[in-house]
Amino acid sequence: MSAIHSPEGPIELEARDLSVHYNGAPAVRSVSLRIPGRRVVAFIGPSGCGKSTLLRCFNRMNDLVPGASVTGAAIFQGQDLYGSGVDPVDVRRRIGMVFQKPNPFPKSIYDNVAFGPRINGFRGDMDELIETSLRNAALWDEVKDRLDSSALALSGGQQQRLCIARTLAVEPEVVLMDEPASALDPIATQKIEELIYELKQDYTVVIVTHNMQQAARVSDYTAFLYVGEVVEYGPTQALFTNPTEDRTEAYITGRFG
Amino acid sequence: MTHRHFQDELDELKTKLAEMAGLAEEAVRDAVRALLESDVAQAKLVVQRDEAIDALELDVEERSVKLLALQQPMARDLRLITTAMKVSGDLERVGDHAVNIAETVHWLVEGPLFPVVPEIEELVRLSTGMLKDCLDAFIRGDTKLAREILVRDDRVDELHENTFRILLTHMMEDPRKISAGMDLLLVSGNLERIADLATNVSEDVIYMVEGSIVKHHAEDRPA
Repeated sequence: MSAIHSPEGPIELEARDLSVHYNGAPAVRSVSLRIPGRRVVAFIGPSGCGKSTLLRCFNRMNDLVPGASVTGAAIFQGQDLYGSGVDPVDVRRRIGMVFQKPNPFPKSIYDNVAFGPRINGFRGDMDELIETSLRNAALWDEVKDRLDSSALALSGGQQQRLCIARTLAVEPEVVLMDEPASALDPIATQKIEELIYELKQDYTVVIVTHNMQQAARVSDYTAFLYVGEVVEYGPTQALFTNPTEDRTEAYITGRFG
Repeated sequence: MTHRHFQDELDELKTKLAEMAGLAEEAVRDAVRALLESDVAQAKLVVQRDEAIDALELDVEERSVKLLALQQPMARDLRLITTAMKVSGDLERVGDHAVNIAETVHWLVEGPLFPVVPEIEELVRLSTGMLKDCLDAFIRGDTKLAREILVRDDRVDELHENTFRILLTHMMEDPRKISAGMDLLLVSGNLERIADLATNVSEDVIYMVEGSIVKHHAEDRPA
């Protein structure tokens, strides 16, 4: 088993000796790391290093990938997400995910956000939930007067914040983000980054990003992955100012390979 | 639009520098007062309190490095942070010069009495004034004030030279005064350096606000 990388504070998520293979080829190799609650943790590393695969383990998205097999444990609040009797749908409600490209449904803004709560049989005040979710996604002021118009009419950046609102509407505890700003322009990116920073007041956020500077700006802890292994994991400030591993130093200074 | 938390951290950085500036200014003022009033206890306090200035320098440096590494600041923000690092180094040196002055008090009190020459009192007035003003210029981003300070430094240099000549004359007339004379010469030198550091800070303020380099007479050089 590889060394366990663990920050201080109460732990929300943990990978324990976690490996993922795609048709027999290893993508994540025996990773053990702990993710503290109400913090932002970033996974960085070159393409193909396994960061997105690792992220997807935390809400069982790899179940949907043909040929993928997961071994080891992904633990959420003490429970193995891959244990018998665990309902992946319930996992995905409690651990939401935002993807690289905004993927709103071809419905109204309102119905996009209401979609998850309705499926889950939400019985409270729907209008209030919609407003709260849109506010928490920093989108409310821009769309409050046109909740009935199509979500597809929004800009890319607004669509992405709508997807974040949709994720928040089912009241998850963790939000996973896979390259959430890579398809957006700098202003929209900045809004998403500001939002990520604020989300940690209520949620645990794990973000995968190609953009090292983005990881530096928004995260509390950063993990650098390379060929399926965690090379280094620690406080973001330390990792970006004085990394302990030569490979991390080479990667973040652009001297890799 | 800047990240709000980034803006907050920039404001905190400024606050730390202002705090450091206040302590450095106070140290010089107290050291000089201790000298003029032969107050050994006051002088000791100045030496003790220098630790706080040193600690703030490290704090400002650490914050600056963190902001540079994590936020990739640009333009005005970048200039503020690089300036903060230099100004904190300058203020730390000001604190050290205050300590040097305070340490002289001990010897001047013990040794044969030597009247503080009026030139030194004028030096004190000018250099502490420059120090106070350059810190105001930094906090307010006031380049007009910063430019005025650059001009005042010439008068300080002149006074320091005069002091040197006067003290030399005294020492040649009466060799018993050599020890105290040397001490006062050091005080004069320290005050002159404080004025130089105030000049450096002023040059950095101009760079911070306008992005133009005025040190080493860079303005006069052909582009």
